[in-house]
Amino acid sequence: MEAYLDNSATTQCSQEAADLMMRLLRVDYGNPSSLHNCGMEAENYVKEARKRIAQTLKVNEKEIYFTSGGSESNNLAIVGSALANKRSGMHVITTAIEHPSVANPFAYLEEQGFAVTYLPVDAYGCISLQDLKDAMCSDTILVSIMHVNNEIGAVQPVEEAARLIKQTNPNCLFHVDAIQSYGKFRIYPKRMGIDLLSVSGHKIHGPKGSGFLFVRDKVKVHPLILGGGQERGLRSGTENVPAIAGLGQAAMEIYQNFDAKIMQMYRLRDYFIAEVEKIDGVSVNGHKDHSNAPHIVSVSVSGVRSEVLLHALEDREIYVSAGSACSSNKPAVSRTLQSIGLKRELLESTVRFSFSVHTTKEEIDYALEAMAELVPMLAKYRRS
Amino acid sequence: MYKAFLIKYAEIGIKGKNRHLFEDALVRQICYALRSVDGTFHVHKQQGRVFVETEGDYDYEETIEALSHVFGITGICPAVMVEDEGFDKLAEQVVSYMDQIYPDKHMTFKVKARRARKNYPMDSMELNAALGEKILDAFPDMSVDVHDPNVMLYVEIREQISFYSEEIPGPGGMPVGTGGKAMLLLSGGIDSPVAGYMISKRGVAIDATYFHAPPYTSERAKQKVVDLAKEISAYTGPIDLHVVNFTDIQLAIYEKCPHEELTIIMRRYMMKIAEHFAKEDGCLGLITGESIGQVASQTMQSLMATNEVCTMPVYRPLIGFDKQEIVEVSEKIGTYETSILPYEDCCTIFVAKHPVTKPNVNVIKKSEEKLADVIDDLMDQAISTVETIHVEA
Repeated sequence: MEAYLDNSATTQCSQEAADLMMRLLRVDYGNPSSLHNCGMEAENYVKEARKRIAQTLKVNEKEIYFTSGGSESNNLAIVGSALANKRSGMHVITTAIEHPSVANPFAYLEEQGFAVTYLPVDAYGCISLQDLKDAMCSDTILVSIMHVNNEIGAVQPVEEAARLIKQTNPNCLFHVDAIQSYGKFRIYPKRMGIDLLSVSGHKIHGPKGSGFLFVRDKVKVHPLILGGGQERGLRSGTENVPAIAGLGQAAMEIYQNFDAKIMQMYRLRDYFIAEVEKIDGVSVNGHKDHSNAPHIVSVSVSGVRSEVLLHALEDREIYVSAGSACSSNKPAVSRTLQSIGLKRELLESTVRFSFSVHTTKEEIDYALEAMAELVPMLAKYRRS
Repeated sequence: MYKAFLIKYAEIGIKGKNRHLFEDALVRQICYALRSVDGTFHVHKQQGRVFVETEGDYDYEETIEALSHVFGITGICPAVMVEDEGFDKLAEQVVSYMDQIYPDKHMTFKVKARRARKNYPMDSMELNAALGEKILDAFPDMSVDVHDPNVMLYVEIREQISFYSEEIPGPGGMPVGTGGKAMLLLSGGIDSPVAGYMISKRGVAIDATYFHAPPYTSERAKQKVVDLAKEISAYTGPIDLHVVNFTDIQLAIYEKCPHEELTIIMRRYMMKIAEHFAKEDGCLGLITGESIGQVASQTMQSLMATNEVCTMPVYRPLIGFDKQEIVEVSEKIGTYETSILPYEDCCTIFVAKHPVTKPNVNVIKKSEEKLADVIDDLMDQAISTVETIHVEA
């Protein structure tokens, strides 16, 4: 039996999305910019995808800009909006537990002379609104907060944050990295007060190399890729029509029968947490209840290095992520795990199980059984 | 423009009556290195020289790259080859060559002609003078310096006439295949690929043994070692890489022996297994990347303890190198980038906080007795389940 429990890394592309993409590679392979019929056909696929996505967010189609994926969306949102609005102020805010595709653009802004405030998180990985309020000033032009943390699944209070930001400084932009939350939560940017929202296709059973950025109407963003002016000048380059269409299909599918799917994921998560914590030395990080995301479980195993556990599980065709990839010659301790104050000896002993809508109880049982066998065995041989 | 390469070699030249064996090996290695380069090449020995002649179009950069990986070569001289169409034509060609190669004409030069075909109407002295004059006429900024010229222009008269003035350094050493074969203990680190390179440079063919310990080491760590083997095989020629599963032996040692001695005991079994494959492969020695004092297992006492299990000579070409010196070689031969990829290797997974630095062989042997009832089976198991990967650049 195989259990792919690394769906926060990537997901299997949906059959319908893949079929659609194959057609667009082989049959309707036109360039949307071409004036002839082939071009128009291709353009229609892009339009259709834009419409489908806009519907899931209840936004205008014109507010969706296709990109090459989550990292590009985050870069464009952060660097692009900071460049476009730096005359209004040079202060920006983000959190201590962002994905590198957010953290590094902020480091870049810092090099460019911006002042950056990094909000700390509590033991469950959540920011405090008071900290945010204290950090806001008249010079603040951008706040970027991830919706769901990719390592432990902590959910940030983005709606409350948006309200607070707009009350304090109506001109300050609010960006949300929704790469781990789109498809797991209903997100309505306009109602919630979000100006910029990043989404990646391959986390929701769409293709890799696909993604989009929602940019609320009238929000100024400076393009990072200049060229033929596609995507209304914000993102030049011939549209990746197959990927865009695949993403549109996946986005539509993920929100079908939504509540039942999410409830099922929470049921599996609850069950997994209850069972896995029965194993000696195992603890779960972050909120264990439904205030956490439904698809991520961060598990620390005392005395077992994450990489070893990962490979031992791999041997049984169970695939997970090392919460914090570490090895003797290159320590790369996770900032998220450090920020939630995880004990030092557990930093290198944390793995992430992440589920998808297709994850079954059988897979979970199979993984639990393997954990129950492997953990005591591996804990016996530890670095002295 | 270049139609041929004159290959310079140093040490082979002094090998007395064995010289032809070395030259033949060099020709063979050059042919092997050029096998995947775009172009048709003829490699031959001629009057104490090795020439690589090209036929039709070929990729110059690739050719130089391939030749600079052949041990035994000290210099590669790209040469122009022309038909003998009289002195005036030759002078014209030489002048045009000098013009193209040296855009800045403020320099000194010397012509050094060699007349291997004695029926050429001018002798070498006359040629030197006449060609020098033509060059001076063409480029007034140039001048002749017979003692210490910036550029030495060699002209060789044979059936055809070739001339060259530039020399690209080769790796030196001796052609692989002239010195037998040795078994390299290859880890994923910086040192062992350099050690393999250095021994192979003395004409030695290489096979390698790698120990992996799943699930403590990953498939990627193994792939990294395959990649390293491939990188050095550009110099050493084909390598048979034996991948040995070492997990059970390691766990047995962990369970039964003192943890401070774990690394030493582990290395002793590694040497034994490597020696087994060395004998199978017809090797004449083992190669390790050890250097005195680098880590606890490489003190003189530790080396003595690991060495004690082997009957074959163990070659340790890095023994007197500092880490920085090893890094420099690994950067030069192109293995550094791969070596520093962050995957755990099996030497570090159970390393003790304070491993012994001055092990006593008798104490170690005593500890090993605790493995007596299992170790033979475990060794047999590790040897019989080996995976051998043929690696070729």
